Amino acid sequence: MNKIKTIEEALEHIKDGMTISVGGFLACGTPERLIDAIIEKGVKDITLICNDTGFPERGVGKWVVKGMVKKVIASHVGTNPETGRLMNTGEMEVLLVPQGTLAEQVRAGGSGLGGILTPTGIGTVIEEGKQKINVNGKDFLLELPLRADVALVKGSIVDKKGNVYYKKATKNFNPLIATAADLVIVEAEELVEVGEIDPSDVMTPSIFVNMIVEGRK
Amino acid sequence: MIQDKDRKREIIVKRVAQELKDGDLVNLGIGMPTLVANYIPQDIDIMLQSENGFVGLGPAPDECDIDCDIVNAGSQPASIVPGAAFFDSATSFGIIRGGHLDVTVLGALQVDQEGNLANWMIPGKMVPGMGGAMDLVVGAKRVIIAMEHTAKGAPKILKKCTLPLTAAGQVDLIVTEMGVIEKTAKGLVLTEIAPETTVEEVLSATEADLIIADNLKVMDV
Repeated sequence: MNKIKTIEEALEHIKDGMTISVGGFLACGTPERLIDAIIEKGVKDITLICNDTGFPERGVGKWVVKGMVKKVIASHVGTNPETGRLMNTGEMEVLLVPQGTLAEQVRAGGSGLGGILTPTGIGTVIEEGKQKINVNGKDFLLELPLRADVALVKGSIVDKKGNVYYKKATKNFNPLIATAADLVIVEAEELVEVGEIDPSDVMTPSIFVNMIVEGRK
Repeated sequence: MIQDKDRKREIIVKRVAQELKDGDLVNLGIGMPTLVANYIPQDIDIMLQSENGFVGLGPAPDECDIDCDIVNAGSQPASIVPGAAFFDSATSFGIIRGGHLDVTVLGALQVDQEGNLANWMIPGKMVPGMGGAMDLVVGAKRVIIAMEHTAKGAPKILKKCTLPLTAAGQVDLIVTEMGVIEKTAKGLVLTEIAPETTVEEVLSATEADLIIADNLKVMDV
């Protein structure tokens, strides 16, 4: 099975109205080539799952600026003024989630869990409308799993089977979203032969990855 | 009362640094808390966490040493120290909520006498999102607020926060340019006062009920 695709082949699977999760933390570890290609294709009404909305000219922030996003699920939007503007005018829905909760919701979505219990958000607006569960005398919020139609992952070194190694702080949400989507596309900063990544160093096993596209260095 | 802005910051971050102990894992929030790193005593070993995914955060790198794959939680170029380790966001927040983080130092818009903290939004004005703040404040063993005592003269240490909370009842210590305030079972206790500052000045700049410690000390800053 050949997972290596051209960007055009990969983009055939990206449709209007999809829920797309994107790796990266303030555009560090973000698949910029895929992001730009989706802009060129003109995809609309995206529900975006990402740690943040990047910057107006970097990362998923570019989608926000182009008006391609219907709803954002993120922990931080302060570095992209356009997100705040669209949120205030009501043109885009923004669901703010504590960062650790977002990470665990995605992890739960990828690992077959019915949700997670976290103390984060107790006594704040975050608990509104959520089930509170007391375990051994302590209150927790039930946070539900989160999955996407497509996950866009940025890998530093990717082998042709789809095993992924992430360098340094580019890891962030990438290995999590790679487990929690129907279609997982990895943008490879460096594409290598199978076996070149030591199996002990694999951070996302190839079984999670459906497609590989070559990225920019 | 200290008026100079830079001197105020210096007092705050110097005093916060004195709270850190050998072996502590510490998360320093964006902005003023970051400066605490400059005053960590040489004779203790502190590990700094960057919640985007590593422990062993080092000083800001020189222009020529910038590595795009290492940024801090504020997206600034960062460096690592020997012994650092990278991980994903679930592990990072597992560290934070799981009782592995000794101290978190954050700024605040408001703090109140119940130990409640508001620092993530001003409805209708500023809604940047909470990022990692809610997890940090709930999860860290010790929550230290580093902030100026007032905002344009208005008290920030209140009887009750009016802004949406970041977390309820989690604040342990407040360090300002006027003094050090400890959250105790009895309420907020002023344990130290800044040089050139009087108790009356602290009281008039604070809305919350403040207990003055019997052995009130002068901050060593």
